[in-house]
Amino acid sequence: MLENIDLSLVNWSRAQFALTAMFHWLFVPLTLGLSFIIAFMETIYVKTGDPEWKRITKFWMKLFGINFAIGVATGIILEFEFGTNWSNYSWFVGDIFGAPLAIEGIMAFFMESTFIAVMFFGWNKVSKRFHLTATWLTAVGANLSALWILVANAWMQRPVGMKFNPETARNEMDNFWDVFLSPTAVTKFLHTTTSGYVLAAIFVVGISSWFLLKKRHVLFAKRSIVIAAIFGLVASVMLVATGDGSARDVAKTQPMKFAAMESLYEGQRQAPLIAIGMFGKEHDDPMNRDSDQEFLMKIEIPNMLSYLAFLEVDAFVPGIKDLVLGNEEHNIMSYKEKIRRGYEAQQTLRAFKDAKGVDDVEYERLRAKFDDKEWVDNYFRYFGYGNYYDPDPEQLELNAFKIVPPISLSFYAFHIMVILGGHFMLLFMVLLWLIYRRKLQSNKVVLYTALWTIPLAYIASQAGWIVAEVGRQPWVIQDLMPTMTAVSKIDTSSVMITFWLFAITFVGLAIAEVKIMVKQIKNGPKEGGHK
Amino acid sequence: MFGELSHLALQQYWWIIVSLLGALLVFLMFVQGGQTLIYTIGKTNVERTMIVNTLGRKWEFTFTTLVTFGGAFFASFPLFYSTSFGGAYWVWMIILFAFVIQAIAYEFRTRPNNVFGARTYETFLLINGLLGTVLIGTAVATFFTGSAFSVNDMNQSQWALKSHGLEAALNFHNLSLGLAVFFLARVLGALYFMNSIKHEGIFQRAKKQLVINGVPFLVFFLTFVIWLFVRDGFAVNPDTQAVYMEPFKYFNNLMAMPVVLVMFLLGVLGVLLGLGASILREECTKGIWAAGAGTVLTVLSLLLVAGFNNTSFYPSTHDLQSSLTIQNASSSHFTLTAMSYASLMVPFVFAYIWYVWKAMNNKPIDEDEMNSEDIHVY
Repeated sequence: MLENIDLSLVNWSRAQFALTAMFHWLFVPLTLGLSFIIAFMETIYVKTGDPEWKRITKFWMKLFGINFAIGVATGIILEFEFGTNWSNYSWFVGDIFGAPLAIEGIMAFFMESTFIAVMFFGWNKVSKRFHLTATWLTAVGANLSALWILVANAWMQRPVGMKFNPETARNEMDNFWDVFLSPTAVTKFLHTTTSGYVLAAIFVVGISSWFLLKKRHVLFAKRSIVIAAIFGLVASVMLVATGDGSARDVAKTQPMKFAAMESLYEGQRQAPLIAIGMFGKEHDDPMNRDSDQEFLMKIEIPNMLSYLAFLEVDAFVPGIKDLVLGNEEHNIMSYKEKIRRGYEAQQTLRAFKDAKGVDDVEYERLRAKFDDKEWVDNYFRYFGYGNYYDPDPEQLELNAFKIVPPISLSFYAFHIMVILGGHFMLLFMVLLWLIYRRKLQSNKVVLYTALWTIPLAYIASQAGWIVAEVGRQPWVIQDLMPTMTAVSKIDTSSVMITFWLFAITFVGLAIAEVKIMVKQIKNGPKEGGHK
Repeated sequence: MFGELSHLALQQYWWIIVSLLGALLVFLMFVQGGQTLIYTIGKTNVERTMIVNTLGRKWEFTFTTLVTFGGAFFASFPLFYSTSFGGAYWVWMIILFAFVIQAIAYEFRTRPNNVFGARTYETFLLINGLLGTVLIGTAVATFFTGSAFSVNDMNQSQWALKSHGLEAALNFHNLSLGLAVFFLARVLGALYFMNSIKHEGIFQRAKKQLVINGVPFLVFFLTFVIWLFVRDGFAVNPDTQAVYMEPFKYFNNLMAMPVVLVMFLLGVLGVLLGLGASILREECTKGIWAAGAGTVLTVLSLLLVAGFNNTSFYPSTHDLQSSLTIQNASSSHFTLTAMSYASLMVPFVFAYIWYVWKAMNNKPIDEDEMNSEDIHVY
């Protein structure tokens, strides 16, 4: 089974997708949040008629434009890659996954690209109110784009609203609203977009703080900070609330990811939450039956993990070993059993295909299994586990441990994200307090902190996606399709070449983007613009 | 409403939508064509700035149409997406790179401190204009000429050639469409400049380009079309779904579907009218509309010929029975129904695009606007 997989092809394909997705995500969150911040600023301009607000709006709009272009440039790559590099995936789930992508194009991208043209070029061509409407619609369009792709991603984490069709050998949607309104989709959308708002708010307060430190454009900087800090604080509160909801959702639907995020090897009641932790040298990753949780240091909050996951301090949180080896007391099926069942589902599909045109009775009998809810719930739902089957029991157990995600990376990414999230909320509160007390300008420590929080916002944002995507490995579709079977059958060398082409292109683009951005910032609002 | 339609009716409806998006994409590639004419038509910095800016206000429409075309194709005919994208890897990757570098070129070109200099970004636009048009045209031509792939009983596909799609560019019939699209895009680009820029020098030079590019366009277009009508096509037996070769299949399709035939003829006429009137009449600035509408009708009719009337729209020359049809490659009845409701938004989208386009293009670009302090200039 596993030996038939070309792991170098799988790994290069994963590397390429990770590279392109992470690079794309450097630009998207700023677009999501800055579009609203600009819309707030322009609204104040239209309401007050104060030209200073127009100047403020246009300065941030210019930075928005530079960032937006590169976000668009990198977004198309992901859409293509679903087909070019994940061909089996795009057939197996295209019936569900494709629809949000198409709706995204029709509903969101056109709105975004149409009204962004008015936003940039329409100052003298359309009325003030029309222009303001266009700015708001750009923000709505940008956020709608995020909605649909996040619905698609959430579906991969929690496949719902579909039924497997053995004739076509793919999953087919049978309830659009289950896909669209799945709790995973709702929390994912809210958590991800609000993270973008927080990042954009930090971007604005950080750059404005730099102007205050330099004692340039003081009014502009203060006004920008007020808008961004209020927006950022509200978004942070939502971010924490949706993060909490998201963690509970993960605990329920992806318990292995949840255990990896906390590096919880052995399940327990009254499980503590590790606030800060660092692994020791003995830490096993990947792990096996004999691995022990090994920390160099950690600070724990008693009972908190049980409460966070199930809102009960006494709740049992399953550990990685419980999930792999099974735990009868808590009614957890072992991965070995899931692998056996998944293998049987795969063999049933194979036999069904082989019976086609050969044995009609057998064909109909096997066909009926896929319509039998009990069989689907007990066997087909573990379909993807079947790829880890091995007739040798020892090898089977080794394979079962391969269904554990990278623990250190999931753990660190999760904790970095959470700690930084707390820092952001605190920063917005301090900024607003100092502005209220009229003491911000003189407080260099806070201003420098705001400035240096900009890169931290990007780190937190990337870490969030690492938790979501690395933490669910080896699944591309939870329990149904492992990443290794989703790839296109192409030469590894082709993917290696495109990987490096992307890497070189991205480095070049990133350097150009940062240098242009820094130059525009240094020019400031008045002199900003073209040579 | 849509739920009551048969699966086949929904497949046909989505083939029309995908074809329409493809047709609009080819029209909107006037942006790509225009990008290859920046230095040919713009002789001074100011002229080039006007050209880049008039294109710069439209490039996102083309880009978004491409993305939506891809998304709609994925959603409605996922087997095409998995087979073609995962198999003809290199063609799609090169097209992808050509569009990635376009998307930043406008915004970065004249920005101070842009590291690589304006000429590099203009070269990106040139590469996009050249490769984007030729390769998309070439890839679409494989809808008629076929590709070397196989699909197994689990609907997993595999490409039979190591060149992974690059072989398509070595087939002259494919290439004739690629080059026709390239020269058509240049013609449309020149017509667009005549319509949207108020500048005598640019107007006259654009006009000259109509002849220079119009002739090779016609040569390659006629080569493609005549060849298409006389070649064997990939027909599908509606009862058994077996694929077989049928002489004059595409010509027969056109004859079997009079509405498509009329669309095709009107389309060709529209392109010729737009081109001819703009060359012959002294002050004609409206040629883009006739030629644009003509382009949409022509491409739409050709794509309908590829997919309708029991034809395989993505045939396999390697394993004939692996060929894709709108029936075996489509999404489920449920998904097509759900998306059909979403497609009701399309007229609304067209309406606001039209409204905004009119508001923004009310007044052609001129030198004064380029020097205005109050506007975002590329």
